[in-house]
Amino acid sequence: MMVAKKPIKLLTALVLTFFSIASYATNDGHGEENKDPHKGELVDTPDEIKEYITHHLKDSHDFHLYTNNKTGKHYGFALPVIVWTSKGLKTFMSSAFHHDDEGHTIVEKDDVSLVKLHSKIYELDNGATSVSFDEHHHPTNAHKVLDFSITKSVFGMLLAGLLMLLGFGALAKGYKKGNTIPKGVGRVLEPLVIYVRDDIARPNIGEKKYRKFMGFLLTVFFFIWILNLLGLTPLGFNVTGQIAVTVCLALFTAIIYLFSGSKDFWAHTLWMPGVPVILRPILAVIELVGFVLIKPFSLLVRLFANMTAGHFVVMSLIALMILLKKKFGVVGSTGMSLVLALFISVIEILVAFLQAFIFTMLSSLFIGMAVEEHEEHH
Amino acid sequence: MTGTLNLIGAGLIVIGGGIGLGQIGGKAMEGIARQPEAAGKIQTAMIIIGALLEGLAFGALILGK
Repeated sequence: MMVAKKPIKLLTALVLTFFSIASYATNDGHGEENKDPHKGELVDTPDEIKEYITHHLKDSHDFHLYTNNKTGKHYGFALPVIVWTSKGLKTFMSSAFHHDDEGHTIVEKDDVSLVKLHSKIYELDNGATSVSFDEHHHPTNAHKVLDFSITKSVFGMLLAGLLMLLGFGALAKGYKKGNTIPKGVGRVLEPLVIYVRDDIARPNIGEKKYRKFMGFLLTVFFFIWILNLLGLTPLGFNVTGQIAVTVCLALFTAIIYLFSGSKDFWAHTLWMPGVPVILRPILAVIELVGFVLIKPFSLLVRLFANMTAGHFVVMSLIALMILLKKKFGVVGSTGMSLVLALFISVIEILVAFLQAFIFTMLSSLFIGMAVEEHEEHH
Repeated sequence: MTGTLNLIGAGLIVIGGGIGLGQIGGKAMEGIARQPEAAGKIQTAMIIIGALLEGLAFGALILGK
C-alpha cells in the first residue's frame, strides 16, 4: 500500500485542483443574470461543430476549459505571450486579448500594437489603429511577429518533461540507493524501459551498438506516450497532433541515423555492390531519397495523422450528442454518444501507446539499418 | 448529389488500406496458428508492416486533402 500512496495523492490533488477551478467558475457565472442569449457562442450546427473541432486541433495561446453560455464568460488559464517585435522583446499574459481571435482587441505594449488573429499574433504597422483585411481575409496593415510564447503545446511539452524528470529522477535515485526493486511510479516505468531496451532497441540495432541510442529512443518513447495520453484528458492538449512537433521528432531520428551511418551503410546506399553498374546510380538516388526524405516523412505523417484523426473522431462522436438531439431525444443521443465516445477513447488509449511504440520501433529500425556492418562481402 | 472527387479518393485509399491490413493480419494469424512459439516475432513484424502501410495511407489522405 505504501508504494502507491504518493502518486495517488498527487493525482487526487490534481483532480481536486481542476474540479475546484471548474466549480468556482460555475458559481462565479451564476452571479450575473442572463441578458443576451447570443453572447456566448453556442455550438449547434454541423458547420459550427466542425469549426470548433478544427479550432481545438490547433495550438492556442490560452487554455480554454469551458464557456458559460448564459453570460458568455470564458473559463480557463491565460498563458504568457513572448513575442519578438520590430521594437524588441515584449511579454505579457494572453488574458490581455480577452479571448479575442478576430483581431478586434489591440494590446498596446510600450509603443507596439499587437492583435491576435486566428491564433497568430500580428503587429500593426506604424499609424494603424485597427486591422483591415483584403478579400482573402489576410490582414493588409499588420505583419506577423516571431512568436516564442508558452502556448498550450509548449506548456504540454514542459509538463511532459517535468513528469518524466520526476518519474525517472525517483527511479534513478532508487537505483543509487541500491534498491533492486523500484518503488512508486518506478514500478511502472522500469518494465517499460526494459521493454524498449529488450524488444525494440536490441533486436533492431544489434547487441553491440544499441546502448548509444538508448537515451534517444527512451526519451522519444516516453515523450510521445505521455503527450498522447495528456491529449486524452479534458485539458485539450494536441501536441503530438501538431505537425511542427512531429517534424522535429522525425528530424532528430533522421539526423541521428544519417550521422551515425557506418561505412558499409554509405557504400550500400551510394554504390550498391553486387548489382550491374548501370543500375547503381539509379539505386543510389532511390536509396538516398528514401533515407533522407521518405522515411522521416512517413514517421512524421503517421504520428501527426493518427493523433489528429483520433482527436477528430472523439470530438465528432461527442458532437453527436448535439446533432442527434432532435431525432433521438436528449437521453437517446447522449447515451449513444457516451457509448461511442467511451469505446473510441479506450481504443485511443491503445493507439497512444501504439504510436509511441511504432515511432520508437521504426526509429530504431532505421538506426539499425544505418549502423549495421556487413560481415561478408558480396 | 454534391461533393468532391476527394471523397471518392479517400474511400479508395481506405479500401486499399483495408485490403492491405486484412492481408497482413490474416497471414500473421495463420503464421501464429502454425507456429505459436514464434508469436512474438510475428506480432512485431506485423505491427511494423501495418505501420508502414498506415503511413502510406495517411500520406495519401493528407496529400489528397
